Amino acid sequence: MVTYIIRRLLYSIPVLFAASVLIFVSVSTIGDPLAALHQNPLVSKVTIQKIEDRKHLNDSLPAQYGYWVKDAVTNKFGTPLLQPGTKIWDDLKRVIPHTLQLVLLSEIFALIVAVGIGVYSAVRQYSVFDYTATSLSFLGFAMPVFWLALMLQILFTNIFIKWNVRIFYTSGLSGENAGSGLHFVVDRLQHLAIPAMTLCILSIAQYSRFMRASMLEVINSDYVRTARAKGLPERSVTLRHALRNALIPLVTVSALNFGALIGGAVITETIFQLDGMGPYFISNLFNQDAYAVMAWLMITATAVIIFNLIADVAYAYIDPRIRYD
Amino acid sequence: MTEFDRHSSGGIPTLDAGADPASLGPATPMSSGSIQADEFALVHEHGLELKARSQWAYARKRFFRHRLAMASLIVLIVILGAGVFAKQVAPYAYDQQDFAHSGQGPTLEGHHFFGTDVLGRDYFSRVVYGIQTSERVAFLVAFLSTLIGTLIGAFAGYYGGATDNLLMRLTDLVLTLPGLAVLLTAAAFMGNGKPTRVAFILAFLFWTGLARIVRGTFLSLREKEYVEAAKAAGSGDVRIMLRHMLPNAIGPIVVNATLIVGVAILTEAALSFLGFGVQPPTPALGSLINEGQNVSSTMWWLVTFPGLTIVLIVLCINFIGDGLRDALDPTQRRLRA
Repeated sequence: MVTYIIRRLLYSIPVLFAASVLIFVSVSTIGDPLAALHQNPLVSKVTIQKIEDRKHLNDSLPAQYGYWVKDAVTNKFGTPLLQPGTKIWDDLKRVIPHTLQLVLLSEIFALIVAVGIGVYSAVRQYSVFDYTATSLSFLGFAMPVFWLALMLQILFTNIFIKWNVRIFYTSGLSGENAGSGLHFVVDRLQHLAIPAMTLCILSIAQYSRFMRASMLEVINSDYVRTARAKGLPERSVTLRHALRNALIPLVTVSALNFGALIGGAVITETIFQLDGMGPYFISNLFNQDAYAVMAWLMITATAVIIFNLIADVAYAYIDPRIRYD
Repeated sequence: MTEFDRHSSGGIPTLDAGADPASLGPATPMSSGSIQADEFALVHEHGLELKARSQWAYARKRFFRHRLAMASLIVLIVILGAGVFAKQVAPYAYDQQDFAHSGQGPTLEGHHFFGTDVLGRDYFSRVVYGIQTSERVAFLVAFLSTLIGTLIGAFAGYYGGATDNLLMRLTDLVLTLPGLAVLLTAAAFMGNGKPTRVAFILAFLFWTGLARIVRGTFLSLREKEYVEAAKAAGSGDVRIMLRHMLPNAIGPIVVNATLIVGVAILTEAALSFLGFGVQPPTPALGSLINEGQNVSSTMWWLVTFPGLTIVLIVLCINFIGDGLRDALDPTQRRLRA
């Protein structure tokens, strides 16, 4: 097992390298990062010259890549292109925990609910419950994330305006006087509830379909029939025998999804003005700050690679049929 | 891509449950050898004769009997038709301002079915024009990505070996790119605005799923006797691919192209919503929601109706895709009720 993990870790290195080259080359060649500055009459030639010197923009592409990697490794991504006073890592250090809180909250909740729905749909196949769950998940697939987020926001804002009841906040991460300790946690949860709900609904639609399919497959297998034949109570057959094996594919899917969500909650975070990875990315795209964008892409790519790794290792650990070598 | 996994993760059980056990299942040209005895008896009882029908006739018939898919098709034709004939359908021009009626909720008065925005522009008209933009982008994306995916998949599957390896590694590479991030980066740095540009960016990411499917189909078709026969008869590679193999791979291609229209509408809406897609003054469904966002707490209709339109379109497309998948599957001989 240990050698398997080490080997998988070593495999990730060339992938990470390829990702870094791809990110750097595509962002650098897709357009002039200083195009906006060149057009701005308020920006002097000296300023542009300074930026070019600082980021070695007039060197060849491989040399630029070298400087970038060196900066990223030794200096934690260094400075952004446009605001030399600030540091990229300081911003990232602030936004990453916020995104993690949101994603963890929604994914854990989604998994619990989706497993429940999926198992029940499979056990009671073609029942009213099953049809309802299926129809709702089809609706979930057809819904744009941002629209769902806005509709929830409108709903809860209007609840507040009409009845002056504040259950959840509809934007921001913390109240004005959030306090500390338990008060802070409750306040944060009130702020995260609706964004998490948005992400949750979409994940539930996906996971519950997945869970239902894999549960149906397991339920009709021989060993489940054996378990039933030897007189085990139905509850124990479903939960102890069938469910445990049916969960295996879901582990992979949710791990991959989790990795993608680290960067992928862009829309939800932007709408609810959570100071997370998403708004950081969007604002730097609007400013066309290529170096901040590349740092963000690199972090996201690393997250995806790490969670791919976790998915593989977890899969090998859970399913003994998979050989480690 | 998750979008594709989602669609393949399970059919809607309503459809399976409705299958007619007494449906007529006489021979298709491909499966004439496997008529079951009871089916034969049934055919005799009703005094019917076996009629040779083409594969397409069966597919058409199966699709027409698929109630949900047919209903979706009708709804979709109405919605997309409204987009095509936007000039005739919309009661107002999409940029016609009317400050006397600004910020009005949905009402039948003056045909403001979806209300008006701050500038008094009729939102029903704007949504109709938005459908026009979005459907143009979506169909262009579906066409382009189907073309690319089929070409790459066909070449990889037909030639195999090094060609296959190279093309499939390319596919894997595109497949692992984080979709939205790539789209946003491309749109932001390439300069944006025109619907065609947006369509090209989307198509660049969406061909991968189909390429894999077509490759798989071509790999297995390559070993078939009729391909060997065509080769022996002296047909060229291109002719074999186009005339002999492609018609047999058309099922998954059509299904995939249909589903891509839905995914493209969702993704284009997201891009436009974030301000990196189709630029104003051209209305697109996503940018309409974006415009309504600022006043969403008071004028809820500005967000609700464009969004509902997207949901309805995508829902219909997914159901049609499901119906097509069932209809075009040549191993399925039963006609659905």
